[in-house]
Amino acid sequence: MEYLPNILFAIVLIVGIGFFANNVKKLIRNIKLGKDVDVSDNKPQRWKNMTKIALGQTKMVVRPIPGILHILVYVGFIIINLEVLEIVIDGLLGTHRVFAGLGGLYNFLIASFEILAFLVILSVIIFWIRRNVIRLQRFIKPEMKGWPKNDGNMILYIELVLMCLFLSMNAADFQLQQFNTEHYTQAGSFPISQFLIPLFDGLSIETLIIIERSTWWLHIVGILFFLNYLYYSKHLHILLAFPNTYFGKLGAKGKIKNLDSVTKEVMLMMDPSADPYAAPTEDAAAPEKFGASDVKDLNWVQLLNAYTCTECGRCTSECPANLTGKKLSPRKIMMDTRDRLEEVGKNIDANKGDFIDDGKQLLGDYITNEELWACTSCNACTEACPVSIDPLSIIMDMRQFLVMEQSAAPSDLNNMMGNIENNGAPWPFNQMDRLNWKDES
Amino acid sequence: MGSELKVPTMAELFAAGQQPEVLFWVGCAGSFDDRAKKITKAFVKILNKANVSFAVLGTEESCTGDPAKRAGNEFLFQMQAVTNIEVMNAYGVKKVVTACPHCFNTLKNEYPGLGGNYEVVHHTQFLKGLLDEGRITMEGGTFKGKRITFHDPCYLGRANNVFEAPRDLIKKLDAELVEMKSCKTRGLCCGAGGSQMFKEPEKGDKDINIERTEQALGTQPEIIAAACPFCNTMMTDGVKNKEKEGSILVRDIAELIATAEDL
Repeated sequence: MEYLPNILFAIVLIVGIGFFANNVKKLIRNIKLGKDVDVSDNKPQRWKNMTKIALGQTKMVVRPIPGILHILVYVGFIIINLEVLEIVIDGLLGTHRVFAGLGGLYNFLIASFEILAFLVILSVIIFWIRRNVIRLQRFIKPEMKGWPKNDGNMILYIELVLMCLFLSMNAADFQLQQFNTEHYTQAGSFPISQFLIPLFDGLSIETLIIIERSTWWLHIVGILFFLNYLYYSKHLHILLAFPNTYFGKLGAKGKIKNLDSVTKEVMLMMDPSADPYAAPTEDAAAPEKFGASDVKDLNWVQLLNAYTCTECGRCTSECPANLTGKKLSPRKIMMDTRDRLEEVGKNIDANKGDFIDDGKQLLGDYITNEELWACTSCNACTEACPVSIDPLSIIMDMRQFLVMEQSAAPSDLNNMMGNIENNGAPWPFNQMDRLNWKDES
Repeated sequence: MGSELKVPTMAELFAAGQQPEVLFWVGCAGSFDDRAKKITKAFVKILNKANVSFAVLGTEESCTGDPAKRAGNEFLFQMQAVTNIEVMNAYGVKKVVTACPHCFNTLKNEYPGLGGNYEVVHHTQFLKGLLDEGRITMEGGTFKGKRITFHDPCYLGRANNVFEAPRDLIKKLDAELVEMKSCKTRGLCCGAGGSQMFKEPEKGDKDINIERTEQALGTQPEIIAAACPFCNTMMTDGVKNKEKEGSILVRDIAELIATAEDL
């Protein structure tokens, strides 16, 4: 019986982490549904981007208020993992404050966790006020109704509860230390939780132990719950921001990759020695689909982008189309992509590893043509994204599908393209008049 | 006045066994659009004044394919690109200058993948170079103390990180450069990019160029400087919409310099 808590703890830990690992496997499987793309180039630059953007949070502080608050929560999250490590060891071995031997350093660490926990609580409250009281524009756009709104708040609630549990646990512990209770090592410094001690006035040691134990358990179980919540939440960005910034677009933002499958066709058309009547060989692969109409036509970096999006809406709030009331919202493009990818993933799970056509696709069922055609390709969204997401690339791939597979461009654009084809200019002028300006007054 | 312009074509120079220092890529707007033609001419006047050895492709130039590519027609884009590349490579083109950020972006970033490798500069970068080398001087003081605001073209600024060359030129005009609320990396689009120039905007509360013009007017400028023929059109329309065309000019940076130089 003596080892019951240890065994129980080990079971909780294994189940929690096992469930998470299973979801990570599903996540990777879903991302790999995308087309392959070579992002193995320029490694030094990629590491630099990840260090600067994800680790260094450089793009968060473009907007200083949420930027600094976010850094507090982020640092709090990173640092507190040391505490989690101690909790895990204590839980498995039945020790208490196993790192206490560090002496002065330990006191310093615990004190800094407490201060950070307090700052996290403060930040989370301000974040909640921004979302629910001030109702900042970007948090109340049409795509932020229902689950996205609740998810955003839920994360804040969980963080708040976890931090409160951590501080109450320390307060009870500190009190027990004062009473020289057996097992409760005298260690740590409690600059914040000491203020909670008056709440425990007059409580017996037994009650204090119950409070300490239950907050300890709730804290670690809460952390495991949060870990598993990630997969279903926009909060996945705390993990994926790192690979996402690593694999993010390099080079000039204005560069849109030339489609290789088209280059092949064009070169063939331009090759005077090619036989125009040549029939395809028997074993020739089916012609590749141009552009994207569903998630499987996108590449895996674009799908990773979708899972990384934390729905902060900085892209949408900078998008000129959205600013002037058009339907396009780059954030919605990313959310739609993730939703559809999840749907495809569930379909595969339900059909034992195969995708059975569900008569739906990303284009039309999630993203409308109107949204796609409203984009000016100005890159405001990609510049604004704090984690290197590229909504523009998805918009462009879907436009390619609309134009090259469906001939479904707006008629004005068809005219423009006809003019380029016939006259070498988007307007109906004769190419032979191209130099007339020289002699006009 | 037209006869003053010296505009050799690549074909003429080639026939004479000469190779210019730089190819001036005029672009469709610069060739055909009445407003943009003025920018083209202003730039040529400066090139002539500075004795720059340049040439144009003239009737051998064709659309770079940028609007087709942004509209999703990769086929048409690549057909245009390989044809243009064939022409430029045949003339042994090394360096290209253009006054259109869309041509600039496509030639610079998307042509190399299809066999077209050139040093591509935007006309504001080129003019800055001429200024630094002392080949043009900007004195005269026509713009001394005038409030000028600069609208960053997306495809020059955010897309290719060219922010300072146009600003340096404006400052050299002795003008007072005033920045809009959204500028440089956070500049607001004029509304014409991504093929929007050639179609009606989607339904919304207002047009993008009106929003941007409002930002520009917020700086109380005397001149709105542009560096892109599309932006120029969009901002001109915006100023007209606000009935400010009597008091606020929209000018390309090349036009400002040509005016300062009294060309």
